Amino acid sequence: MSALKSREAILFGAIFALVALIATRFPGFVAPGNLVAVFTDTTPLMILAMGQMVVILTRCIDLSVAANLALTGMVCAMINVAAPDLPVAVILVIALVMGSALGAINGILVWKLNIPPIVVTLGTMTIFRGVIFLLTEGKWINAHEMSPTFTGFPRAEFLGMPVLGWIGVVIAIVMMVVMARTTLGRAVYAVGGNPHAAVYTGIDVGKTQFKAFVISGMLAGLTGYLWVARYSVAYVDIAGGFELDVVAACVIGGVSIAGGAGTVVGTLLGALFLGVVKNALPVVDVSPFWQLAISGAAIIIAVAFNAKSGRSKGRVILKSAEHAQ
Amino acid sequence: MKLTKLLASAAVAAGLFAGPASAEDMRIALVVKALGIGFFEAAAKGAEEAAEELGGVEIIYTGPTDTTAEGQIEVINSLIAQNVDAIAISANDTDALVPTLKKAMQRGITVVSWDSGVAEDGRQAHLNPSSNPLIGNMIIKLAADHLPDGGEVAVLSATTTSTNQNVWIEEMNKVMGDYPGIEVVATVYGDDLADKSYREATGLMQSHPDLDAIIAPTSVGIVAAAQAVADAGKIGEVNVTGLGLPSEMAGAIESGASKSFAIWNPIDLGYSATMLAHQLATEAATAEPGAEISIGRMGTITLDDTNAAAMADPFVYDSSNIDDFKDIF
Repeated sequence: MSALKSREAILFGAIFALVALIATRFPGFVAPGNLVAVFTDTTPLMILAMGQMVVILTRCIDLSVAANLALTGMVCAMINVAAPDLPVAVILVIALVMGSALGAINGILVWKLNIPPIVVTLGTMTIFRGVIFLLTEGKWINAHEMSPTFTGFPRAEFLGMPVLGWIGVVIAIVMMVVMARTTLGRAVYAVGGNPHAAVYTGIDVGKTQFKAFVISGMLAGLTGYLWVARYSVAYVDIAGGFELDVVAACVIGGVSIAGGAGTVVGTLLGALFLGVVKNALPVVDVSPFWQLAISGAAIIIAVAFNAKSGRSKGRVILKSAEHAQ
Repeated sequence: MKLTKLLASAAVAAGLFAGPASAEDMRIALVVKALGIGFFEAAAKGAEEAAEELGGVEIIYTGPTDTTAEGQIEVINSLIAQNVDAIAISANDTDALVPTLKKAMQRGITVVSWDSGVAEDGRQAHLNPSSNPLIGNMIIKLAADHLPDGGEVAVLSATTTSTNQNVWIEEMNKVMGDYPGIEVVATVYGDDLADKSYREATGLMQSHPDLDAIIAPTSVGIVAAAQAVADAGKIGEVNVTGLGLPSEMAGAIESGASKSFAIWNPIDLGYSATMLAHQLATEAATAEPGAEISIGRMGTITLDDTNAAAMADPFVYDSSNIDDFKDIF
């Protein structure tokens, strides 16, 4: 537990140092308004990363999150075009249900057919994008076709922060409770930590993995609506390649790719770290040719830190011998 | 050499057919990539306009139902069977259509390509919607027109390696001298991703508080930048302009985030392609390098070494005409 705590402390320190470094080059970055903007901008990544974390904890991976986001977002936009008066609450429910359904497809394939998750989600990722193409024939849905309430919801301000940011906060709290205080949350850790032991304690490994995919899909679906509304545009390629950012956020946040280890707070910090880098690079006047290299280096350094701090110490059985060295 | 031979035989053949057909209308086929695409429907409108202006011209608007070269080959074969006078085509494939179009030319049919070209062997002339220097000049002009006292502008491009955008920006920089007082303070890259473009545009407004305009010569970037300006509450301070599609930019024009932007006008393109085909089919002009060909209200075009020509400046869209075009493409 203390090791996990310190891992998050290191990450928190890294983000703080990064922000301080950016402030020396661009003081406006640390203005409260801008920090709120950065947080809000990072919210989609945080929400997706929390879903991805649950999946990775069960020794699986979900590469279809960005495609799920794009498909659900497109369907939400199409519904909005067809029925502009439909309340946002209904759209939110549709997004959650549809995202869950898409996630359940992944889950069923992994659970019932025992196909490796990376293969399943690689397939569904392409299928989801293909379905968008079939639905739209490649056409865009644009700002003027969406209703103002549809696009206005995530950016409406509440206590100084857009609703989008608050949704991230609420989901973070819910996820912390779920992971720490419910049987599902504990089962997820058990399945990832030691599947065989989990079976002996009466946990259905496949079913738990299925549930993890449904959670990931549900959050991806929700983000789909938020994304489309925020950028006021829906087309086949939205959030292209975003699944890799999501996995990176988890890994930076200390979620073990081997499953079983990782926390909600760590994942949030991992996403926030990437979000700060993404938002800072345009303002600190770094050559665009360097940006990709810097983002990549930041990921590797962060993971190296994590790997070092997270390495199990091993049990010292010859104390005197160790002292002698 | 081969081309001139072809042209000669085409001209002879055309002469043979000209006799009996002269009483009837000249039939010009406008072949598009696929039917049902707004852009091409608009081009057909322009072709009809040209036909009306010319008189005695019948437009056959046709194309396959999906954007395949095979589909277009079938369409061309049926046009050859109908013995039309001219074919103006926007090709689905540069090379695949060449043999069929050669056959058409051998039968005395005038063949020109427009919008999306055919390889040199397969057509007599090609009409590009615009040219790189014209586009480069247009994007800076769009920004400068709304900045009579000069100001700071920034470019939001696609990726660092996008050939089109890089050439246009290069051409833009060449003509910067014509726009005194306008200063390009930054060039950033949104990778044609909505979220990255949005973030880059937000960054531009933060690091350059006096920024007056963002030029985005890419359709994803211009939409994202307009949204970023609207969200930052800087409508009226920062004008977003560049190249975009009317259907995608209608919201930004309405909100005022963008005062104007440009893209080729499909109506003008269909009109000009028809005019060009008519000029060549009536032998009022010959397709040879350096030839100056009049294309009605669009002025005159000059064919280059490959018998290709640029139609005109990109067409500017603003609040006065956006409603006419936003449902078209």
